[in-house]
Order: sequence, then structure tokens, then C-alpha cells
Amino acid sequence: MKKLLLGDEAIAQGAIDAGLSGVYAYPGTPSTEITEFIQLHESKRGADAAPIFCRWCVNEKTAMEGALGMSYMGKRAMVCMKHVGLNVAADAFVNSAMTGVNGGLVVVAADDPSMHSSQNEQDSRFYGKFAMMPVFEPSSQQEAYEMIGKAFDMSESCRLPVLMRITTRMAHSRAVVDITESPRRQNEKRFPEDVRSWILLPAFARRRYARLVEQQSELVRLSESSSHNSYRRGEEPSRAVVACGIAYNYLKENCPEGCKSSVLKISQYPLPEALIGQMVADGAEEIIVMEEGQPVVEEMMRGLVPSTVAVKGRLTGELPRMGELTPDSVRKALGMEALPSREADDLIVPRPPALCVGCGHRDMYTALNQVAAEYKDARIFGDIGCYTLGALSPFHAIHACVEMGSSVTMAKGAADAGQWPSVAVIGDSTFTHSGITGLLDCVNSRSNVVIVISDNLTTGMTGGQDSAGTGRLEDICRGVGVDPAHVRVVVPLPKNMEQIKSVLREEFEYDGVSVVIPRRECIQTLKRHAKQQKKQ
Amino acid sequence: MKKDIILAGVGGQGILSIATVIGEAALAEGLFIKQAEVHGMSQRGGDVQSNLRISSQEIASDLIPVGGADIIVSLEPMEALRYLPYLKKEGWIVTSSVPFVNIDNYPDIEALREHLDRLPNRVVLDVEQLAREAGAPVQSANMVLLGAAVPMLDIEYEKIEAGVRRIFQRKGEEVTAKNIAALRAGYDNSKK
Repeated sequence: MKKLLLGDEAIAQGAIDAGLSGVYAYPGTPSTEITEFIQLHESKRGADAAPIFCRWCVNEKTAMEGALGMSYMGKRAMVCMKHVGLNVAADAFVNSAMTGVNGGLVVVAADDPSMHSSQNEQDSRFYGKFAMMPVFEPSSQQEAYEMIGKAFDMSESCRLPVLMRITTRMAHSRAVVDITESPRRQNEKRFPEDVRSWILLPAFARRRYARLVEQQSELVRLSESSSHNSYRRGEEPSRAVVACGIAYNYLKENCPEGCKSSVLKISQYPLPEALIGQMVADGAEEIIVMEEGQPVVEEMMRGLVPSTVAVKGRLTGELPRMGELTPDSVRKALGMEALPSREADDLIVPRPPALCVGCGHRDMYTALNQVAAEYKDARIFGDIGCYTLGALSPFHAIHACVEMGSSVTMAKGAADAGQWPSVAVIGDSTFTHSGITGLLDCVNSRSNVVIVISDNLTTGMTGGQDSAGTGRLEDICRGVGVDPAHVRVVVPLPKNMEQIKSVLREEFEYDGVSVVIPRRECIQTLKRHAKQQKKQ
Repeated sequence: MKKDIILAGVGGQGILSIATVIGEAALAEGLFIKQAEVHGMSQRGGDVQSNLRISSQEIASDLIPVGGADIIVSLEPMEALRYLPYLKKEGWIVTSSVPFVNIDNYPDIEALREHLDRLPNRVVLDVEQLAREAGAPVQSANMVLLGAAVPMLDIEYEKIEAGVRRIFQRKGEEVTAKNIAALRAGYDNSKK
């Protein structure tokens, strides 16, 4: 059966068809649509079909651990996140290679080269290598669909988690995908045979690590025989191209009749050493490595080929050092002339994203800016979400934004250093993701901070997913130990401006931990809910 | 048959609905499709584009190369010009003439019009006005624009209309009829 699917949706469909029992995820561009697709599928599930767990998790670490627990029970589990989410999940992720798996466990990390919607372009393949796990990197939506099933099979046969790494253009591009008519059934519940492998006490862990090290050569052999890796000797084998993941598509785009150079397609890691050896034996004198993200393979390649072979790519300037690949950058690296094109129009100006008209974050920033201006040197630490756009015109409100939850703890650190007023601005979903622990630090240190939790009752930036703490934020703050008199709720609307400002002023003046919660539903989800109601 | 189309606009204007309809029609025709979209932060009122490729042969790249687009279909005149380097020499621009001004330094509208007029292959329409005249809400302006692009698509009008019908049918007969009226208005005006 043929369906038009986003890469993310092809992965979701592939997992469903491979007998998935649970997907564990926190929303993050460009990975969000994987879980959303499974949620939609679940909402239409027939009464006799086995359920798939698909509720959003609080953060990527809890997601990774939940999936590991499901794998422990012998069932197939998938974890999905954006690349920086893997930093949050890293402790569980790296150690899941130590415990190994029972039911198949696949971790999907969606990298965002060119930073379309992210703060860096870290390459998740490093994590795979670091944790010594097999890594899959599909080149097309069809391959992504097929690979997920293979990843689960391999995870169960090797007893290891498998990392699937995709990038924005794979995640957010649609293509026609041929899907199976006969999906696999879910695994039955089954405890692991060797409980000790799941108890990472040093004595047991050393044995596990020895096993993991020993398995590496087997993983290389599996890469060498994988149908997803292929080597083809070219007419002119002195030059070879190594194309990883979707780079292979850009290569094919530019050489529709086939390439004169030898071509090594890589979609499964660790690197297929025998295929690289064959490429050199065929006379490769120059190897151009094309890969999305960081020069991971380019660096490793240097250790695998004789020093007389020139390895080229992002590090040597044949391809740009930063940003995603394009058919054009690959064309240039192949030494082909650019297609004839027009000059850019000189009238064009950038149109940066902005907070929606009518958004509650806008009223929050208007009030905060006015109160902060009454002080000589207020510092406002921002966080990750729509409200990061408060950094841009017209607000220019925040002085830092680093990673999930950092507003709270950076405001605390600044207060420790003597800053006053020291303010954090964090959204409700980001607060439950990684802000609560920082708030406990503030309480324990009696820090002089004002934590603004701008609550729009949703995870807005990624399209309005459920937010883990909705309806319980005050309870959470009081439970962590914030003085109830200094947990204040306001409604961010222009008509309430004077009241919001006076609440902020009072909390700026209070020497201790204050939480101010401006609360009004995201206007995007409000519109959606109104539409749904009208339908009913 | 092979058409590389850049859909452009401002986040929230509805360029993805255009892509959905063309995709639906192309799928029914048994064509290959690739369509790269923009999600996440950039959708919030910023410039957005989608690369839509349809072909009777398999398509390799999700992205259209510079100088490779057959058509730019844009819901906003400045956004139409943003992707000019991607347009083939003989390519077409089909754009709304209605500026969406949400930035302080939006270029002079007359100058913008003049730049568009310099292009030999262009269709510039007030799609919002045409939607109203067709008795459709202004949200259907994207279907007017799609209608205007149909003559350059190499897919018959009836097949695109059938695509609109299939996409909108779950929203009821009235919504479907209005979107088809909008599509028709764009198509008729494009041929003039």
C-alpha cells in the first residue's frame, strides 16, 4: 500500500508495523511528528488491536528510561527526540548499551544541521560511537520505513539498543512510501534471562563492558554485509565518493546516470571497514566524504586509509564546514558547474519569526520590560520555547538563552554572584522538563531570584502538545518549597498590565525565591479547541 | 513529466495546504513526489517555503537545486522574489500581489511591483479579492493561488479539483464548494 509520508511518519509507521509496544518522547523539532503520528494511529485503533503506549514524557531522560523499562519486559520500545534531547537522555542512553536490551529498543535522534529550529548542530552519530552502539542513517523515507523494522530485529539479535539518526530534511520531507499489508505482532511479556546484566554494579558492569567491546567487531561485520551499505567501483576509481545518509540523494540528483567515481553509500555504522578497504584496493587516491552534520566519517576515514590517500570533505573545504548539505554544495564538491541561475533580488529583507499577535508571552514581556527598566541593571535569563523570540524585536527582553531549564539555574548562579534583580523566564513545559530541579536549588540556597513561568498550558513551539504540569504548577512550586505567599498567578492581558507590573515589582523587591505565573492559553491551541468544540 | 515547485509565504498563510492538494493529485496520478517542509520556530510569522517535486521518474533529492525550479508559487510578493535564484531562466512566478507587512523594513511596495513586472513569465493576482468575489472566505486565497498555478503544473485542472474535493470533504460540502470556487477563480484569471 502506498502512502505519502513525512520521514518522521515513515519511521512511526515502520515502528508500528514492526510490533512496537511503546513510544517514549518529549517534543522537539524535527522529531515531534514521529510520536504524533503514533498518537493519531492509536486514537483510531480497533478494539481488538494491541495498544501502543504513546503519551508524552516529561523529558528525554524519563523517555529513555521508560523505554528501557519496556524493553526489560521483552517488548519493543522506541525513544524519539531532537539531537539536543540526547544530551538530556545521555546518562540513560550510554548506559543502555551497558545493560543491553531484552525487547528491541530503537532510539531516534533527529539532528538539525543549519539550526532551523535549534541552538546547535551537534551530530548524534558521535553519541552512537561514544556509547558503542550500532547507528542507522536512512537515505530516503522508504529506507527509513524499512530500516526501523531491521533496527528492532538487530537490537534483539545483538541484544543492544540501536540509534537511528536522521536530519531535518529526512524528518520533514514527504515522499511516497510503500508500506506492508501484514504488520508484525507485538512481543509477549518476558523477563530478561540474565538479571545481573541489568544491575550495573562495578563487578557486573566490567563484565558487561567487556562484552560490549567484544561485540564491536561483530557490529563492523554486520555493517559490511548490510543491504543499507553498498560499494560500487566506478569507471574512474582513483576518485571515490563516500555518501552518508541523505547525502546519497544529493549525489544521485547530480549524477542521475550514475557516477564515474567509485561510490560507497553508508547508512549503517560502525563503518564498514572491508568496503573502505575495497575502495582503496580499487585504486582510490582521493576520497570525498559527504555527510550531514559534523565531519564524523571524514575524521574516522583518515585512520582507516593509507596516508597517501587524500580524504576530503568538510574539513578541507570541498564542502562547507557548517550547515546542512544541499544538492548545490554536493554539486560543487563533485567539481561540476552550477546550474545557470538568477541574481538574488536586492529588495529582499529577512523576515524573522515573531510571537503571534495576541500571544500571552507578549503581554508578559511588555510588563516585564517596563518593570525591569525601573532598575539599573536587571538581568533576564531566557529559556527554550516560543518565548525565546522575546530576544528579538520589539522586545529585546532577554539576556541569555542556552538550553532547557537553564534560565532558572543561571538566574540563581547570577544571584549567587551578586546580581539583582535576577530573573528567569521559562515556559510551563520547559519548567517541568528541566526547571523543577533548578527551582529546588534556588529554594535550598534561599536565592534572591524571580522565576517567571509563562504558562500557556501547552508545549507551544512544537505545535501544541500536552504539557506535563498543566493545572499543577503552583502545587509543584509550593511542594518544592517556595513560600506560598510568593507563588503569584496573573493573567497576561493588556487590561491587566498595571496589576501584573505591581506583582512583578513586589516580587523583585522580595529577598528570596519568587515565582510569578502569567497564565493564558496559547492562542494557537485556543483556536484549535474552539474549532473542535464547534464541530461537537 | 517533472515539475519542481517552490511554495513560499509567511508562516500561517497556508502554503502547506497548497502542497497537500498538489501532492494528493500527484499521488492519484501515480507520480513520484518529494516535499520538504519547514516546521518549528521558523513557522511563527517568519518566511516559510516548501520544496515540492513531482515527477514520473524517481526523485533523488528532497531539495530543489539553485536554478532548478520550474515555478515559484507564493502567497506574498516579497516572498516570491526571495527564491528568485532558484528559478529556472524560463520558469514562472505565480504570486499574490497582497503584501504581508509584519516587519518595519518591508521594501517599497511600488518597487517590489516593478521588480515583479520585469519578469517575463509571471502571474500576479490579488488572490484575496478574487476569493471574496468567488464567494469564498479570505482563508481560501491559497486555493485561488493554486488555481492560478494549475496551467503551469502539467496536471489537468479536473484532477487538481478532485484533489481539493478529497482534501476538504471531511470539512463538509459548503467548505468544499467554496474552496473549489476559489480554485476556479484563480484558474480562470490565470489564463487571461
